Amino acid sequence: MNLFTLFLSAMLINNIILSKFLGMCPFMGVSTRTSNAFGMGIAVIFVIFGASLLSYALYYLVLVPLELEYMELITFILLIAAFVQLTDMIIKKHSPTLYKQLGIYLPLITTNCAVLYVAMDNITQKYNLIETIVNSIAVPAGFMLMLVIFATIRERLQGNDVPKAFAGNPIAFIIAAIMAIAFTSLSGLV
Amino acid sequence: MSENKEKKSVFMSKLLKENPVFGLYLGICSTLAISTSINNAIGMGVCVTIVLVLSNILVSCVRNITPEDIHIPVYIVIIASLVTVVSMVVHAFAPTLFSSLGAFLDLIVVNCIILGRAEAFASMNPIGPSAKDGLNMGLSYTVSLLAISLIRQLLGTGMITWDNPFTGANVFSLRIIPETFTLPLMTSQVGAFLTFACLAAAVAAINNKEAK
Repeated sequence: MNLFTLFLSAMLINNIILSKFLGMCPFMGVSTRTSNAFGMGIAVIFVIFGASLLSYALYYLVLVPLELEYMELITFILLIAAFVQLTDMIIKKHSPTLYKQLGIYLPLITTNCAVLYVAMDNITQKYNLIETIVNSIAVPAGFMLMLVIFATIRERLQGNDVPKAFAGNPIAFIIAAIMAIAFTSLSGLV
Repeated sequence: MSENKEKKSVFMSKLLKENPVFGLYLGICSTLAISTSINNAIGMGVCVTIVLVLSNILVSCVRNITPEDIHIPVYIVIIASLVTVVSMVVHAFAPTLFSSLGAFLDLIVVNCIILGRAEAFASMNPIGPSAKDGLNMGLSYTVSLLAISLIRQLLGTGMITWDNPFTGANVFSLRIIPETFTLPLMTSQVGAFLTFACLAAAVAAINNKEAK
């Protein structure tokens, strides 16, 4: 597959939030302020990229030669947890300001289903190394795009008069539905 | 009679207020993605309930010998092993369900409900109550999933169908809304968000009313 097409389709058309519904928890939790959304987006790009490359290497260099493919789930989730912990420690040591900005969002990335999904998707789609790299950047980039757009809309929404039952999360889901309608029209792009 | 009524109200309040999906917003990812048909909803609900009960039991067993520093990795390994087993069993005995659930079967590992219950309940309580808590949470997850999928399937295709999960053969199928009046939008991603928003608002409205 053409690499550019792969990038576009992974980022916009098969957007991880609007078409696969993955990473909904941080999407709902962190999207109340634009600055938080931005920091979370950067952290997710870094973690998904690193974790998918490592799990790709682990799968083809260790699990396949040993015929342990069924251990994929357990090893990947441990790898992701370890990688998030490592990122946490490195950022804490070398850039305390960035660490302060990201705050509790860093450890929470472990339970972001998007990370595990990208790592496993690279294997099930039988991507080669270059396609894996492109996919592992495009998917979190789409995640960040959605998160930032969504956060700007929600910031505007705070002063508005929403029906009481819809206040908070339900109205956010209505917005997500409208955004999903907009993004379905992009499917003609590729 | 009154005792029965009280039991019923406790059950309803558990279902509404402590509902993991609509009340606490846990495990939304799989809820939105899987709820396209009743078959998927029940299949997923059963798998999650099984994993939840077993993981609560196992976590409760090891709760006194797990060092505090590494308890999350220990719980995750327990959950991941259980999910691998369940996924293999489903692949072997219900291949159609396996292919329609796809990646979401493996993604039960990162379903916040399971780790959340292990952390908040099973790590502090004995085996019996933990198993009961897992069953409770699993059933209310299944009910929520079923509610969304029923609305989406009914409005989207106009039919209520039930396939045998082991063979994939159609067991039961009933058309309620004529084909001209169906909304294909409801089975797409948009319908998932809309249905979820309306149901969550309904639950919030009931809870608000009770609070008054």
